[in-house]
Amino acid sequence: MPPFNTGISGRDGYTVTFMAVETHVLDDDCVALSGWGRTAPTLARVFRPRGHAEAAEAVRARAARGSIGRGTIARGLGRAYGDAAQNAGGTVLDMTGLDRILAVDTTAGLVVCEAGVSLHRLMAALLPLGWFVPVTPGTRYVTVGGAVASDVHGTNHQAAGSFARHVTALGLLTADGGVRTVLPGTPLFDATTGGLGLTGVILSVTLRLLPVETSLMSVDTERAHDLDDLMDRLGSTGHHRSHAVAWIDLLARGAATGRAVLTRADHAPYDALPRRHRARREPLAFRPGRLPAPPPYVPGGLLNRTTVGLLNELRYRRAARASTGRLQPLTAFLHPLDGIPHRNRVYGREGVVPYRCVVPYGQEEALRRVVLRIAGRGCPSSPATLRRFGAGGPGWLSFPRPGWALALDLPAGLPGLGVFLDTLDEEVAGAGGRVCLAQDSRVRPEALAAMYPRLDEFRALRAELDPRSTFTSDLSRRLAL
Amino acid sequence: MKDAFGAPQSLLVLGGTSEIGLATARRLIARRTRTVWLAGRPSPALTGAADSLRALGAAVHTVPFDALDTDSHEERLGKIFTEGGPAGDVDMVLLAFGVPGDQARDESDPVAAVRVAQTNYTGAVSAGLVCAGALQAQGHGSLVVLSSVAGERARRADFIYGSSKAGLDAFAQGLGDALHGTGVHVMVVRPGSVRSKTTAGLAEGPLATTPEAVASAIELGLRRRSETVWVPGALRVVMAAVRHAPRPLFRRLPV
Ligand SMILES: Cc1cc2nc3c(=O)[nH]c(=O)nc-3n(C[C@H](O)[C@H](O)[C@H](O)COP(=O)(O)OP(=O)(O)OC[C@H]3O[C@@H](n4cnc5c(N)ncnc54)[C@H](O)[C@@H]3O)c2cc1C
Ligand SMILES: NC(=O)c1ccc[n+]([C@@H]2O[C@H](COP(=O)([O-])OP(=O)(O)OC[C@H]3O[C@@H](n4cnc5c(N)ncnc54)[C@H](OP(=O)(O)O)[C@@H]3O)[C@@H](O)[C@H]2O)c1
Repeated sequence: MPPFNTGISGRDGYTVTFMAVETHVLDDDCVALSGWGRTAPTLARVFRPRGHAEAAEAVRARAARGSIGRGTIARGLGRAYGDAAQNAGGTVLDMTGLDRILAVDTTAGLVVCEAGVSLHRLMAALLPLGWFVPVTPGTRYVTVGGAVASDVHGTNHQAAGSFARHVTALGLLTADGGVRTVLPGTPLFDATTGGLGLTGVILSVTLRLLPVETSLMSVDTERAHDLDDLMDRLGSTGHHRSHAVAWIDLLARGAATGRAVLTRADHAPYDALPRRHRARREPLAFRPGRLPAPPPYVPGGLLNRTTVGLLNELRYRRAARASTGRLQPLTAFLHPLDGIPHRNRVYGREGVVPYRCVVPYGQEEALRRVVLRIAGRGCPSSPATLRRFGAGGPGWLSFPRPGWALALDLPAGLPGLGVFLDTLDEEVAGAGGRVCLAQDSRVRPEALAAMYPRLDEFRALRAELDPRSTFTSDLSRRLAL
Repeated sequence: MKDAFGAPQSLLVLGGTSEIGLATARRLIARRTRTVWLAGRPSPALTGAADSLRALGAAVHTVPFDALDTDSHEERLGKIFTEGGPAGDVDMVLLAFGVPGDQARDESDPVAAVRVAQTNYTGAVSAGLVCAGALQAQGHGSLVVLSSVAGERARRADFIYGSSKAGLDAFAQGLGDALHGTGVHVMVVRPGSVRSKTTAGLAEGPLATTPEAVASAIELGLRRRSETVWVPGALRVVMAAVRHAPRPLFRRLPV
């Protein structure tokens, strides 16, 4: 029944309206959801399937209601900053109930797991066996399904590509309620990796693993005194490390603009451990530490120019001018922010807006302009990183492409931030670059066509596979994907 | 959908020729708004308002709407929400219609006084409920209600208008509480005296404001998901004092 029966007016009309309201949203399972950035929350009915059959049943029920049911979208651990895993007025499938690791092949280095398994759990299970997740984002509290749907990248993108490169098969529940096995090299695979859950619900993933000998990273550190120095260092060849990332100070102005601490790392081989090192006994132990969480209500404005400026100064001065081969637990290197649960609370009630862009090689001038604008405006961004992307994957909406990748987080309450980020978008798009959709909460829809040339193919495939838009999210509505 | 800064992509203005309403629409079109519905009594002014917004690049539709004809609200307004399908969500409704009345005349013309009350209060209750229900079904959206400082404490000079706004204000606050946690956000905006074409040239107090200032306060309130917005902001404090002034004193205040 449509929410409004326009043929009826007056009292009866009201009855119809409120019945419709009731059947849509007013019940106990309805929850206000937002992304990690805590901006733009919307209400949805959350359903947590415990198995493939329950998930398929839920999707079929949504599909049967067509557009009136306002569709459904899968959600993992909600670590996307924006509205990718929200669906106002519709259903959200909380996939964390599908959390079984189904099979591990320790000789070939393959794991088959359900999509709701977190990378944290996967690491805890696989590391003692000498295998590791080949690509991990800046947090390990993401699901495998979320990692595929956002085609996440790590600090080793140049060497390892993005997540999809290591996926050998997907189990995908599509709008017709059927489950398909999707293999690399097919259009459906390319649309699904980085496809933001809009082609269907990923139920299971087969992932090729990386062999490791220890749970430590061997880290080299150097300092760069400005942006040009940083780009030179990042771009210099002759380094064998697979991971490289620069923490960049975007508040430093003048000659120091773009000063940075650059770290490169590799998984430490067993032989690299000093004779007496305690890791020699238990080289594959997985023991990430955790600090207490910030309180639920933090006043806004805590991260301002002064505090962030101070933090940045400290971080820069504390870093070694140059050091090599320092051993560091891999969680400390790969997920430095995971030590503090609910870290997003420090931005206060108004939340945080991420800016993730990549500017192609050869367009260094554009990158410089972007950095200068941010520095000139004094945006309190902590942390901000710059890294280099290697070859892009096949995902049609996948973010990584060859170029310089800049990532920063800004308090949503900064006056005029929306307009400012639009101007950065123009710079980025003008240089042939793009912003990351999986993290987005604000890009202008008209800007997308230039950033994602295969968007039309994506739309066409969706229209064919899911003509009634059963899979819909706030992000897909906002950006008309 | 609204973006991280609360900027809506689509906007329904009830009272499509309202100066404050149009200033708000212009401001939001400069951000993310691409679709605007102007609901109002058909007139050349309404068509002209639509054209002026179209010139800014928005897709503008006009919808016949009379606040006094409450029987038609369900149909007229309901259609806006259902017509566009899922891509046609209404991210924000701005309830901007209202009449100031003519206090001196209305005191001796109860029929005219009732029309003020019916437009500002009854009409708003009806249209407000229809839109709130539709927003709720959608699972998101903001209902922004233009109240007035005049409703905070009734003054000798305009208590007919003031009381209608007091009723509207109380209604909107209650509605906001009823919708708390449903994803729908209700924001009550209380402007002081707003300089406009009609009031231009008249004496104005130090706390006077402009349609553009109201519009930017609305934009900020959307970002912060505020429940109450005063324009100018200083009115919050001033009115807190005025509200508690004893009656004998209040009667003598030059407000
Ligand atoms: C501190 C921090 C650092 C980060 N660093 C990086 C980084 O370095 N590189 C990077 O690439 N990303 C990074 N991210 C982003 C994060 O890795 C991605 O947003 C990831 O998708 C989150 O996974 P999730 O399980 O929380 O998914 P959610 O946030 O819940 O959902 C994200 C998207 O995946 C879809 N999805 C989730 N599960 C499924 C499923 N089973 N089937 C189909 N679709 C599904 C959702 O519909 C949504 O579109 C970071 C995030 C944080 C908070
Ligand atoms: N201006 C101020 O000083 C001030 C101060 C505080 C609060 N406010 C409130 O803010 C709101 C907007 O103010 P404004 O200055 O923008 O007012 P405005 O320019 O005078 O516009 C008033 C609007 O209300 C509409 N309207 C009146 N009666 C109607 C009816 N029966 N049905 C449908 N529409 C009707 C008018 O439409 P038509 O074109 O058809 O007449 C017009 O669009 C009002 O609610 C007002 O009370 C104003």
